[in-house]
Amino acid sequence: MDDLLADFLTETNEGLQNLDGALLQLEREPANGPLLSEVFRTVHTIKGTCGFLGLSRLESVAHAAENVLGLWRDGTLTVTPAGISLILNAVDRIKQIVAGLEASGQEPSGDDTALKAELDAVAAGQLPTEPTPRAPEAPAPQAALAEAAPAIEAAPPAPEPRAAAEPVAEVVGSSAPQTIRVAVDVLEDLMVLVSELVLTRNQLLQLARSEENAAFSVPLQRLSQITSDLQDGVMKTRMQPIGNAWQKLPRLVRDLSQELGKRIVLDMRGAETELDRQVLELIKDPLTHMVRNSADHGLESPEQRRAAGKSETGRIMLNAFHEGGHIVLEIGDDGRGLNTERIKAKVLAQGLTTEAELATMNEREIHRFIFRAGFSTAAAVTSVSGRGVGMDVVKTNIERIGGAVDLRSREGHGSTFIIKIPLTLAIVAALIVEAGGERFAIPQNGVLELVRVGDGDGPKVERIKDAQVLRLRDRLLPLVPLRRILSLSEDAPAADESESFVVVTQVGAQLFGIVVDRVFDTEEIVVKPVAPILRHITMFSGNTILGDGSVIMILDPNGIARATGLGSEIAGDSATLATQTSAVARGPRQTALLLFRAGEGAPKAVPLALVARLEHLPAERVEQAGDSMVVQYRGSLMPLLPIAGYGAPPAGGGDQPVLVFGDGDRALGLMVDEILDVVDAVLDIDQAGQRPGFLGSCVVNGRVTEILDTAHWLQQAKEDWFGNRRAEIVRPRVLIVEDSAFFRNLVVPAVTAGGYEVTTVSNGREALALRDADEMFDVIVSDIEMPELDGFGLVSAVREGGIWADLPMIALSGRCEPEDVARGRGAGFSDYIGKYDRDALLASLQDCLQPAVAP
Amino acid sequence: MVLTLAVAGQQCGVPVLSVRDVLGVQVITPIPLAPREVAGSLNLRGRIVTAVDLRARLGLPAREAGKGAMSVVVEVGGELYSLLADEVGEVLSLSSEDRAANPPTLDNLWRDVSLGVHRQGGSLLVIFDVDKLLALSA
Repeated sequence: MDDLLADFLTETNEGLQNLDGALLQLEREPANGPLLSEVFRTVHTIKGTCGFLGLSRLESVAHAAENVLGLWRDGTLTVTPAGISLILNAVDRIKQIVAGLEASGQEPSGDDTALKAELDAVAAGQLPTEPTPRAPEAPAPQAALAEAAPAIEAAPPAPEPRAAAEPVAEVVGSSAPQTIRVAVDVLEDLMVLVSELVLTRNQLLQLARSEENAAFSVPLQRLSQITSDLQDGVMKTRMQPIGNAWQKLPRLVRDLSQELGKRIVLDMRGAETELDRQVLELIKDPLTHMVRNSADHGLESPEQRRAAGKSETGRIMLNAFHEGGHIVLEIGDDGRGLNTERIKAKVLAQGLTTEAELATMNEREIHRFIFRAGFSTAAAVTSVSGRGVGMDVVKTNIERIGGAVDLRSREGHGSTFIIKIPLTLAIVAALIVEAGGERFAIPQNGVLELVRVGDGDGPKVERIKDAQVLRLRDRLLPLVPLRRILSLSEDAPAADESESFVVVTQVGAQLFGIVVDRVFDTEEIVVKPVAPILRHITMFSGNTILGDGSVIMILDPNGIARATGLGSEIAGDSATLATQTSAVARGPRQTALLLFRAGEGAPKAVPLALVARLEHLPAERVEQAGDSMVVQYRGSLMPLLPIAGYGAPPAGGGDQPVLVFGDGDRALGLMVDEILDVVDAVLDIDQAGQRPGFLGSCVVNGRVTEILDTAHWLQQAKEDWFGNRRAEIVRPRVLIVEDSAFFRNLVVPAVTAGGYEVTTVSNGREALALRDADEMFDVIVSDIEMPELDGFGLVSAVREGGIWADLPMIALSGRCEPEDVARGRGAGFSDYIGKYDRDALLASLQDCLQPAVAP
Repeated sequence: MVLTLAVAGQQCGVPVLSVRDVLGVQVITPIPLAPREVAGSLNLRGRIVTAVDLRARLGLPAREAGKGAMSVVVEVGGELYSLLADEVGEVLSLSSEDRAANPPTLDNLWRDVSLGVHRQGGSLLVIFDVDKLLALSA
């Protein structure tokens, strides 16, 4: 392609980009003379130049359009929307031809007769009755070239009153534009050079730290400063107003509004907000997608809007602004909003979560389901509830550049998507970590916090089968050991759990921790793409050179999450975010359950808190002692019970998974077939189909799961397990006073299953505090032996007066001698039950409540 | 014109036009999960170069521990790669008469990456196709 043609294409593309916007403005302000002249001039220039270059097809289309524009300018004809449509069609055709020219260097063949005839008809004064269907949209006309001129006028954003005055001021102020056009390549090269400079500077600074030579330090300081300034400057040259990415949107919205028969205004604010051109390029598509979604699904038809008491014209709002090191971009509409019930139905139909889970979620969490992959293609949801087409793709694309997307929606009032993206991708702050003797960088914007774990005071890494988890502030954080997922050597000195760090990171709504051995400083790193032969390794988003000159890989939390199955499709996605917002509200209702398989039938579960440890014992270590099985465990004999077949021998050979229950120095092992998972679930036990050893069933992860009656199995151990121990109970408002956490965990599921609402406290004093806080219960179950204030003390304090004075109180004790019972009754207890006699307790509870229910 | 290399005793050559640099023993950072042939990456004056171990690439036994490798830096598709060889020889001008096609008995792995064999004095020189050397299976 010769230079002349290349110049022509650059210029024409630039003109064409502004033309759409100008024509749309003209449609709104048909009397705007200067604007009309500008449009005319643009088309005229195109026509003139292509005549000169011998581009006959282009010339003839431009000529026909110019005729119409000329008559409009002269006032011979009036500007009509239909006429504007026709000119837009002509502009589309011109774009198409120009795109063909760019691709092949020659005008593509095609027939423009019909279009020209229509234009000529308008010029002759015959008004077209309705706009012809517009030509298929031409491929994006060489966006790259246009971007070389960052200062080209952005498409008119929200029309402002002063917009009309500005052109005049500009003409007076300066005749030449204060910008020059630079090829993108040059800018890219410059960026690379500055990146190198930054690296070299970092290296020098590192060297200087170990050198005492003060003579270097001053010039080095200066060099450092200049480098930083230069970096800023070069970054700025790459900055473009976000309005450039919005240029096509007014046209898109206009076309959509015609296609869909809706009236839509597009309100754009903050078009001058700048961001790096690379980022800009990457968000263009998601942006278009979301605007299309808003117009198509978000906004109602004029009739529906009228019926809903809104103005007929729907509004799509774009807003961009800086916030911290990020750009926040909002795309909203005042349409119908998301239909929460529809989404719920869909979520359940797809089995993404359970009804119980859903019940605990707030609206916003439920709305986030539209970012799930399965949701996007579902026509039913899109046509009825509004959103969802490819939102998972949008989300993925935004997350790929380190951004995040969220939404808020109110039914009947519209939805808004909020996108947060970094200003630039090239230089980022990163945390340098070490695992298995190798160093890696983790981009700082993905790091939420750092937790030191180990044998000390800090939280400990716990294992559930092979999965590592961390209990962090009452939630279970899945852990990804970097050594394992990167197949790094396991024999490096820092043994697994003795001392390591967990980098808590978030991908979408999923929180997880990356386990590393050491953490160094944060450094500003220059992100370089990895070599093509390594691109298939999704764990890395790039590599970089550190201040000391070594090359390290940059970890991609997104890739890690995907590779380890923590991706956004996994259930629990929104549940995790929910914990941040409603941890207090949901905390008590969720119980961590350990899922396992034992024998035939449904998976089984036991509250995780009851399980002391999980072990995989070699089958040959299981010994027979009398008629029971034992294993030598931590220096003593631990009885083993098989859950599967009620006395069946352990599976021959291999490992025997065992759930170890322990209290004090006693332990009992339950042999299961396989340990599956730990999940958070609401323990809503249904006693239907109850059989010995199980409290009943419960829906966990969408599957019916049998809940283990731990007490049953502990009693099987032929030990005086419950002797001289304390327990507690709860539910229709039962207060359980019990100091042993173990027994609390044991009793709560049983009583809960009995249909009671349970509150627990750990001693008499705490119980009285509840009374003083005016908390009311139907019955109190209290242990006798407790620290602070024991059962006898509690009962006398209760009986002395106050709102609890007449409450039935049941004593629970390991000591059930007649004199104990007599003493208890004497002190004011209504009933006295042996510790963990479940049936007696439930019966007693029922007895106590009877008079209260039917007074 | 080829640059000669020795890999596990075998004399080889790479076309000199694709060679950008020859470096001594470098600090190479291993890359987890990378294909077996990739020894790691190294820093060449601020550019990141991916090192491919020719011994691993050509199915030869690994270099003895403690013995460093020379880096022959080549550019393919705008990216820099380092080919790790035991020794780097000299730049030779080869005449086309001395060139022979790959012998049919040549190992498949070698045949895929070889442009041909040259008789060079008393020894044979396998000329590598750099593009193909870097086309790793993984």
